[in-house]
Amino acid sequence: MYQYDKYDQSIVDARVEEFRDQVKRRLAGEITEDQFKPLRLMNGLYLQLHAYMLRVAVPYGTLSGPQMHMLAHIARKYDRGYGHFTTRQNIQYNWIKLDECPDILAELATVEMHAIQTSGNCIRNISSDQYAGAAADEVADPRPWAELLRQWSTFHPEFTYLPRKFKIAVIAADEDRAAMRLHDIGIQLVKKDGVLGGRIFVGGGMGRTPMIAPEIKNFVTADDLLSYVEACLRVYNRYGRRDNIYKARIKILIHEIGADEYRRQVEEEFVAVKALGIDPPQAEFDRITAFFAPPAFDAGASDAIDRTDPDFAVWLDQNVKPHKQPGYAIVNISLKKTGDIPGDASADQIDVMADLATKYSFDELRVTHAQNIVLPHVAVRDLPEVWRTLDAAGLAAANLDLITDIIACPGLDYCSLANARSIPVAQKIASRFADQGRQRDLGELKLKISGCINACGHHHAGHIGILGVDKKGTENYQLLLGGSGAEDASLGKITGPGFDEDGIVDAVEKVTNVYLGVRADGERFLDTYRRVGMEPFKEALYG
Amino acid sequence: MKLLTGNDLPSGDVIWWTGSGWSRHVEDAADTGTDGEAILAVEQAARRVNGAYVIDAAATPDGPRPAHIKERIRALGPTVRMDLTLKPEVSPEVVL
Ligand code: SF4
Repeated sequence: MYQYDKYDQSIVDARVEEFRDQVKRRLAGEITEDQFKPLRLMNGLYLQLHAYMLRVAVPYGTLSGPQMHMLAHIARKYDRGYGHFTTRQNIQYNWIKLDECPDILAELATVEMHAIQTSGNCIRNISSDQYAGAAADEVADPRPWAELLRQWSTFHPEFTYLPRKFKIAVIAADEDRAAMRLHDIGIQLVKKDGVLGGRIFVGGGMGRTPMIAPEIKNFVTADDLLSYVEACLRVYNRYGRRDNIYKARIKILIHEIGADEYRRQVEEEFVAVKALGIDPPQAEFDRITAFFAPPAFDAGASDAIDRTDPDFAVWLDQNVKPHKQPGYAIVNISLKKTGDIPGDASADQIDVMADLATKYSFDELRVTHAQNIVLPHVAVRDLPEVWRTLDAAGLAAANLDLITDIIACPGLDYCSLANARSIPVAQKIASRFADQGRQRDLGELKLKISGCINACGHHHAGHIGILGVDKKGTENYQLLLGGSGAEDASLGKITGPGFDEDGIVDAVEKVTNVYLGVRADGERFLDTYRRVGMEPFKEALYG
Repeated sequence: MKLLTGNDLPSGDVIWWTGSGWSRHVEDAADTGTDGEAILAVEQAARRVNGAYVIDAAATPDGPRPAHIKERIRALGPTVRMDLTLKPEVSPEVVL
């Protein structure tokens, strides 16, 4: 894992002290809320429905055991004993006190963590593949690139006041596990004739105007990558709309001027940027890359495993993925046991996961955009013990990528922008499909719920998506079908009139029944939908 | 009726104007009539409240009931963690 050098540490420490002073002045009445609000937002502190909410960055979703323990400690000491892992691979605390926030940030800084650029119109936390460094299908480890982008974007003076927030994802495999094409910039590392470079996708996003990013450049060599990304940002910063918040994202700019014209301008800008020499010297990139060297795997580790315990076997099949190193596996910890709040984990559970990482996963964890946790490097021989420990902590739900592995934003239970509650809907659907055999029979089915059009719950990208709306002061839910955030990215389509809270649960059951009735061999829900279209589902829902 | 609500500045807690001060319980809220904006200006300037605004509510035998579900959830707490609300003993359905 990357470790701060003295520059990283000093800027984070300095920011803590700066914010401490800003909070002091706010509490003393020396600055108004209008003056203070942008300052607190730059430090990840929102005022939400019930209290202040602090969003802590987890760079490209990667955490060490001690960092994870710190997250548990913050939950216990300053919050109400839990945290919420988000679709941006971050963690949020819902009950923060303003006067304690500087102390929280100071504690986070001791483990090289912060809340910088988790809000505001800047480049946000870089996201990446949660299996980075462990997946057999990656052409390179995307984390050194994500880290390079983190360093480049941190306090970047030119991009601190963009027209709107800006999200970048880096992956390095054909299988897209990070919803890359739904980011403002998505980078897929690829090799061409043995040379490493990136495919660049720009202008994706969810929100009220969802778009899948078009490919702007099919290959940029690695040593031009940073300059090219800077050129992409510069064109946006110059022409992105600042007069209308709903038209300010880069996706709107590209949609309005067209991908070809945007590409032309980026190419022109790239020539100017390249001359500035911002791409790192090889020695610096090597320094960063060295932090992500593979751990000291046991070369003789065996893949043999005793599957006689049926519950363990189901968990193995559902939540454990192959690792590039023989004798090792990737463990997905689902935070979606029936009745759970998607993405929430108690301080005790966070500690359990941290301990497991230290003991069995070379001290590493990942947060996924699906609001789960990954232990990326577990020896196969240790899987039974890891499973037993997770099970005892209520963390062994064997439902990865099944209908109960629901992404749900905080919704109206916590979020001041919400129209409707997301979490109770997720809980009701999870209960309806709780039967293990039933959900496994349905197979891969990604269900995603947002409490408003901002789409933090990725509803546009759900095989089944649910969007909460306000219908004359009551909660109502629209149903969408056919979305995907994976390499076959697509946007869901609304089925028709919405439903109330119980109605939406029934509606989900009806569309799954249609699928079961018409699916062909080996088809996922999404495949069947794409083959048969919307009509049979509409007929079942409204016919 | 009209209620004045906002958040306590240091703690962020949801608070309601009682006619003479602030309470964490919506049951204590007073009808501000047409005075809400004026009270808001004074109270925000004195930093006794943050992000304050006026909402519609109905008078009921149990006290004021905010007109919109968002305010009813603000008044109670998250319906999915009743243990963290001001009324752990009631059903989450009370916000509906
Ligand atoms: S989608 Fe809407 S309701 Fe959900 S967290 Fe985002 S802003 Fe809040």
